[in-house]
Amino acid sequence: MHAVIVALFVVPLVAVVLSYVVPVKVGPPVSAVAGIASFGLCVALVSTASAGTEHALGSFLRLDALSEVFLLATTFLYAATAVFASGYLERPKGAAGERYSRRFWAGFNLFCAAMVAAPLMNGLASLWVAVEVTTVVSALLVAIDGTDEAIEASWKYVLIASLGLSLALFATIVMYYAGSSFFAGSYNLSYTNLLSGASHFSPGAVRLAFVLAVLGFGTKMGLVPMHTWLPDAHSEAPSPVSALLSGALLAVCFYAILRYFQVTVRAVGPGFPRALMAGFGVASLLLAALYLLSQRDMKRLFAYSSVEHMGIIAIGTSFGAPIALFGVLLHVLAHGAAKGTAFFGAGSVVRKFGTKDMDKVQGGASVLPWSATMLVAAVLALSALPPFGIFRSEFLVVEGGLSSGEDALSAVLVVLVTVAFFGLSWFTTQTMLTGAPASEAATRGAAAGKDGTLARGEVSPWIVVAMVAGLAALVLLGVHLPGDLTALLRHAASQLLPGGTSTRGVQ
Amino acid sequence: MGPVPSGYASGADIAALLVLLTEFAMLRAPQLRSQVRLYGFQSFVVVVLTLVTGAVRGYSDLYILAGLSLLLKVVIVPALMFRLLRQLDVDQLHHPAGGGGGSMVLVAIAASAFGFFVLRSLDFRSKVLPTATLSVSLAIVLVAFVLVILRSDVVSQAVGFFSLENGVSIVSMAIAAGLPVVVEVSFLFDLLVAVVVFALIMRAHHARAGTLSTEALDRLRG
Repeated sequence: MHAVIVALFVVPLVAVVLSYVVPVKVGPPVSAVAGIASFGLCVALVSTASAGTEHALGSFLRLDALSEVFLLATTFLYAATAVFASGYLERPKGAAGERYSRRFWAGFNLFCAAMVAAPLMNGLASLWVAVEVTTVVSALLVAIDGTDEAIEASWKYVLIASLGLSLALFATIVMYYAGSSFFAGSYNLSYTNLLSGASHFSPGAVRLAFVLAVLGFGTKMGLVPMHTWLPDAHSEAPSPVSALLSGALLAVCFYAILRYFQVTVRAVGPGFPRALMAGFGVASLLLAALYLLSQRDMKRLFAYSSVEHMGIIAIGTSFGAPIALFGVLLHVLAHGAAKGTAFFGAGSVVRKFGTKDMDKVQGGASVLPWSATMLVAAVLALSALPPFGIFRSEFLVVEGGLSSGEDALSAVLVVLVTVAFFGLSWFTTQTMLTGAPASEAATRGAAAGKDGTLARGEVSPWIVVAMVAGLAALVLLGVHLPGDLTALLRHAASQLLPGGTSTRGVQ
Repeated sequence: MGPVPSGYASGADIAALLVLLTEFAMLRAPQLRSQVRLYGFQSFVVVVLTLVTGAVRGYSDLYILAGLSLLLKVVIVPALMFRLLRQLDVDQLHHPAGGGGGSMVLVAIAASAFGFFVLRSLDFRSKVLPTATLSVSLAIVLVAFVLVILRSDVVSQAVGFFSLENGVSIVSMAIAAGLPVVVEVSFLFDLLVAVVVFALIMRAHHARAGTLSTEALDRLRG
C-alpha cells in the first residue's frame, strides 16, 4: 500500500506540470483524470487506513484513519470540481484566454495537490507548510478574474489568512517547546513522537499551543470571529474555486486543529479543548444563522452556510462522545459533497443569468431544468433534510450531545440550525422555483435569445454530471453507509478520544 | 548547557528591544520606502541575534538559518518591495497613517505591555535566550498586529505581516532552538512565496484602483 500512498501524493503534482505545458484544450481532461485517479487511489486506501497507521517515503508521509477521512473529502471534491470546471469555464479565446486557462488549471491542480498533501504529512511542521501553500495558491485563484471585487477579496483573504497562519506557526513552535523537556534535545514534531509523549508534555505550553492553533487554523476554517475573509473570498472567486475553498479547504484546516486536539486531550485532558471548541462553535453557528437571513448574493449565502456548518462541526467535536465524533467526521464528508454541489449549481446560475444577485434571478428551474432542481436538492441537503448525508451526521451529533449530558448546547444547536434552514431555503426557493425569468435579468444573461428571454437548457452537460455525482454521494451517505466507511469513521473517531489508539503501528 | 552569559543576555535584550522599537517607528513612518527600509533594518538585527546566539550557545544550525535569513529578509524581500514601489511610482500616500499616529502608538504600547506580562504569568523558560527577550518577542508579535490593523495602505499591512514573522523567529530561537533546520528553512521558503503573492496582489490592486491605500477596498460587506 506504500506505493498507493506515494501515488496519491504525486498524481496531483504531475497534473500541475502537465496542465501547464500541454495544449490548452487538453488541460481540463488532464485535470479531471488526475482528480478521478486521486479519488480512486484514496478509496483504495480505506481499508488500509482503518487497519492502522502506514508510513511511506521514509516517514515523510503518514496515513491513518483520521487523515483518510479528510483525504476522501478532498479528493472527491478534486474529481467533481475538475469535471464541473471543464464545463463551467468558457472556451479560451485568443492569447489572453489561453493564458487565463493555463494559469487556472495549473493553480487548480496545485491547490488540490497542497490540500491532498496536508493530511498525508507526518508532523505538525510539514502540515503547517502544506496549509500555507494552500493559502497562497488559493489567494491567486480568488484574484484570477481580476475584477475590483475579486482583488479586494483576495487581499483580505491573503492578509487575514497569513496573519492567522503566523499564529499557527507560533502554535507549532510552542508545541515543540511543550515536548522539549520530555524528549531532551532535538526532536521532530512527527505524530508518532507527539502522541507517544503527549502525556508527559508541559500542560501550560500545550494549552497555549492549542489556543494558538484554534485561532490560527480557525481563521482559515472560518470560525467566528476570524471568519471575515470567508464570505468575500467564497463569493468573488470563480465557482470551482469557491467549491474547493468551502468543501475541502475548510475541512483541511479543521483537520489541522484536530491534530492539535489529539495531542491536547492526551496532555491536559478533554475538558479544556472541548470547552474552547464549544465557544467558537456556538459563536460561528449563531452569527452565521443570523447572517443567512439577510443575504442577497447567492454565493455569499452559501459562504455563510459554510460558517454555519463549521460551527456545527466545532460543537460536535466539543461533545466528545464517540457517536458525536463519528457524526462530525461524517459531516465533513457530507458537507463537502453538499457544498460542492451547491456551488456547482450557483456557478450554473451565474453563467446562465450573468449575476449572482438573488433579486435579479427568477425562475431558475424553468430555464435550467437539471442544475436548478439539483441546486434546490443540495440546499435541502445543507438544511439537513433526509435522505441526505447531513441529516444523518447532524442527527448523530445531536444524539452524541444528548448522551454526554450537553442538553442545553444540543438544544441551541437544533434551534440555530433551524434558523439557518429558513434563510437558506427561503432564498433558494424564491429564486429557483418561482415563475418565468424577468426580461430585465434575461438581457444580461450570456444565453439570452433575441426576444430577451433566456433559452431553456443547461450551460454544459459536465456541470450536470458533477452535480449528479455530488447528490449521489449525499444520498449514499444518508441512506446506506458502506461497511468499510463505517469502520473507517469509527476508527477515526476513536483516535480523538483521550485514550485513543492511533499509535498502533502497522508497518 | 550553562546559564545565559550576562554580556550576551543584555545584548539579546537590546536586540529584541531594537526590533520592537523599529516596529513602533513603522507605525509612524509616513513614506512607504522608509517602511521597507525599517523592515530591512529590523531583519538585520534578527540576523545578528541569530548569529550571536549560534556562536554563544553552540547551535551551528543557526548559522545556516542566519545566512538564509540575511539573503531573504535583508536583501530579497526589501529589493522586491522597492522594485514594486519604483514600478508603481508611488511613495507618499494621499492619507498618511490614517487614524492619528499618536493613538496608534498608545494602542501599541498597551499591546506590548499586555504581551510582556502575559508571558511572565505563563512561566516559560528559555534555555537559549534570557526570559525578558521572550517577553519582548511576544510584544513584537502583538504590535505587528496593531500595525496591520491600523495602517491603511497595503504596503504597511504587508510589512506588518513580515515583521510579525520576525517576532515569531525570535520566539522560535528562544524556545525551540532545537527545531530541525530543514523545518526552519521551509518556513523561510514559505515566507518568500508569500511575499511574491503579496506583491502580485498589490500590483493588481494598484492597477485597478490607482492607489495602494485600502480606502478603495470597501465594496464587500455583510
